[in-house]
Amino acid sequence: MEIINLLADGFLIVFQPLYLAIIIGGVTLGLFIGAMPGLGSVNGVAILLPMTFLMEEQAPGSAIIFLAAIYYGAMYGGAISSIMLGIPGASTAVATTFDGRPLALKGLADQALVAAATASFIGGTISVLLFTGFAPPLAKVALSFGAPEEFALMMLAFATFIGLGGDDISKTFFSIFIGLVLSAVGLDIISGQPRLIFFDIPGFFHGVNFLVLAIGIYGIGEMLWTIESSRGDVQLSKATVSVRRIIDNIVRMKETTKAMVMGSFLGYFVGILPAAGATPGSLMAYGVAKTMSKDPDSFGKGNLIGVAAPEAANNAASTGSMLPMLTLGIPGSPTTAILLGGMVIWGLEPGPRLFIEEKEFVWGLIASLYAANLFALLVNIAFIPALIWVLRTPFTILAPSIFVLCVIGGYAPTQDMHDVWLMLLFGVVAYLLRKLDYPMAPAVLAIVLGPLAEASLRQSLIINHGSPMIFFERPISGPLIGIAILLFFMPLFKALKSRLTSSRAAQERS
Amino acid sequence: MRRAELVMALILALCSISLMVKSAELPIGWIPGEGPGGGAFPFWLSTGMLICCVWIIINWVRKLGPVATSTAAYMDKEALILFVLAAGSLTVMIGLIHVVGVYVSVPLFLVFYVRFVGRHSWPLTGGLAVVTPIVAFFFFEIALRITLPKGKTEPLFYPLYDIFL
Repeated sequence: MEIINLLADGFLIVFQPLYLAIIIGGVTLGLFIGAMPGLGSVNGVAILLPMTFLMEEQAPGSAIIFLAAIYYGAMYGGAISSIMLGIPGASTAVATTFDGRPLALKGLADQALVAAATASFIGGTISVLLFTGFAPPLAKVALSFGAPEEFALMMLAFATFIGLGGDDISKTFFSIFIGLVLSAVGLDIISGQPRLIFFDIPGFFHGVNFLVLAIGIYGIGEMLWTIESSRGDVQLSKATVSVRRIIDNIVRMKETTKAMVMGSFLGYFVGILPAAGATPGSLMAYGVAKTMSKDPDSFGKGNLIGVAAPEAANNAASTGSMLPMLTLGIPGSPTTAILLGGMVIWGLEPGPRLFIEEKEFVWGLIASLYAANLFALLVNIAFIPALIWVLRTPFTILAPSIFVLCVIGGYAPTQDMHDVWLMLLFGVVAYLLRKLDYPMAPAVLAIVLGPLAEASLRQSLIINHGSPMIFFERPISGPLIGIAILLFFMPLFKALKSRLTSSRAAQERS
Repeated sequence: MRRAELVMALILALCSISLMVKSAELPIGWIPGEGPGGGAFPFWLSTGMLICCVWIIINWVRKLGPVATSTAAYMDKEALILFVLAAGSLTVMIGLIHVVGVYVSVPLFLVFYVRFVGRHSWPLTGGLAVVTPIVAFFFFEIALRITLPKGKTEPLFYPLYDIFL
């Protein structure tokens, strides 16, 4: 009952005209960002975060509502370029191309677009309901957490990248370590002494702002990557859109109900894990939908379920990734890592205390997710022709515009040109490393969590006179560290298992 | 790609060593009564980075993983030209901000990229190059009160400050 009252209070905030306008503006912008090939929610949120400073001053809580709306809109929009161009708007929409593109090539692009929008709405709605139910009890448990538990949680977040990430382990570890080292630049958090001040450049005294790394990687690095990868010609499909056809297509979605519900639950729970998130969530949902189907051979040739399942999953995952961010202060995805950093800039302390000290903020945000989900569906369907038109924007106009936004956005938070140069350096290095399969998301998560990880580690060690056994002895941190260690060693178990299987197969053959 | 993997791992290993040295300017061990020294956290993480680089080099020697076995070029000629054009023009734009400020360097960059790289029409190029700084001025300087760097062009903005601020 208390949850319903708090949620109702949240809706009272969100239904104010200013907040409604912010949500509609955010989802619309997000839809267009998501629809652009190479741009996704993480790019949009990273590049636009510096523009929200005034918004937060004028209306508290509005900045995160705006960015969360962009996040939601971009998750909807990602499907549009997957279907119309055959190029995923973001990695989260890769699975949508498998059946979305064949449908478009058959002349059924509108059917695929409406299926993607409707499934996104179902995924978003189910996941927000789950979020509303799970968040308050989880925050209550997290209130009892001390420094060792906080550190154990962070270890768990990093361990998921190793155990579940799927990237090269050595490169994933490297990415985590470099993110944490960058977070240590500036002043030592306990003694206050200058630390890692390279070449005595004064700009390093204020540390490396997480936004500088995030805009470098997801703005400049991503654009350099897309400039290289989008050299080939792409074919924009034709879509016939009318109100009658939209209604018919929505009615046709009945046959995908099971897949949408399955995708929503799967996406939500996979989305909670920091290393997993929307991309594996949507791929898993596609795989499960294909396995469950009576006609698996039709997948990949234009099956509507193949569009609905991953789209429901990737939207549900985006909400799932907000659960650990709000309740534990641990982001569930690179986008929520940037949102978490933004909350610190706006003077909020992410974590369970938000549910007590900033009730209006938390419930306003949760209510805004319901509203953003509904508006994203409506704006998406209404703007299908405009979104398709935007896909025609040549990359030689889009890329320089994004570069300019990155440079000004990188300058705005600290108003120091040092940060702009650093951002350029990070962008170029990220592009060069990405070509060699170095994952970048762990570095962004690490730079955001770094200061907290160091503080909780040092506090825990001081409490226990230098003994790390404190992490294993406490009832909550012990199991968390245990799971983290298991995840760290999971790639080793997998390698041993596959070696055992192949040697057995060799024995059987001989 | 294979050679690039080794070169990158060696460069990153050197960076890791320099970070270790830099971190060691502060105590990296246990200080009685105070806990871990200020340099401990970055020092041991940089050590971790170095171990990862050695690991990557071992994988390279043993030819493990898709990159270590790839025969494809790290960057072909066309990709290199595109990279140099984009990253180079961006570097020049940022460098020019120090001298002539955002409101001159940004339009120059847009003209170069949209007209000469993208080969779009002059009206489109001119439109973008004029509208972008105007929007940036009103959004950042007037609405957000964030002063963007202007370099030598600063005096030209005094009349605008008098009108809008």
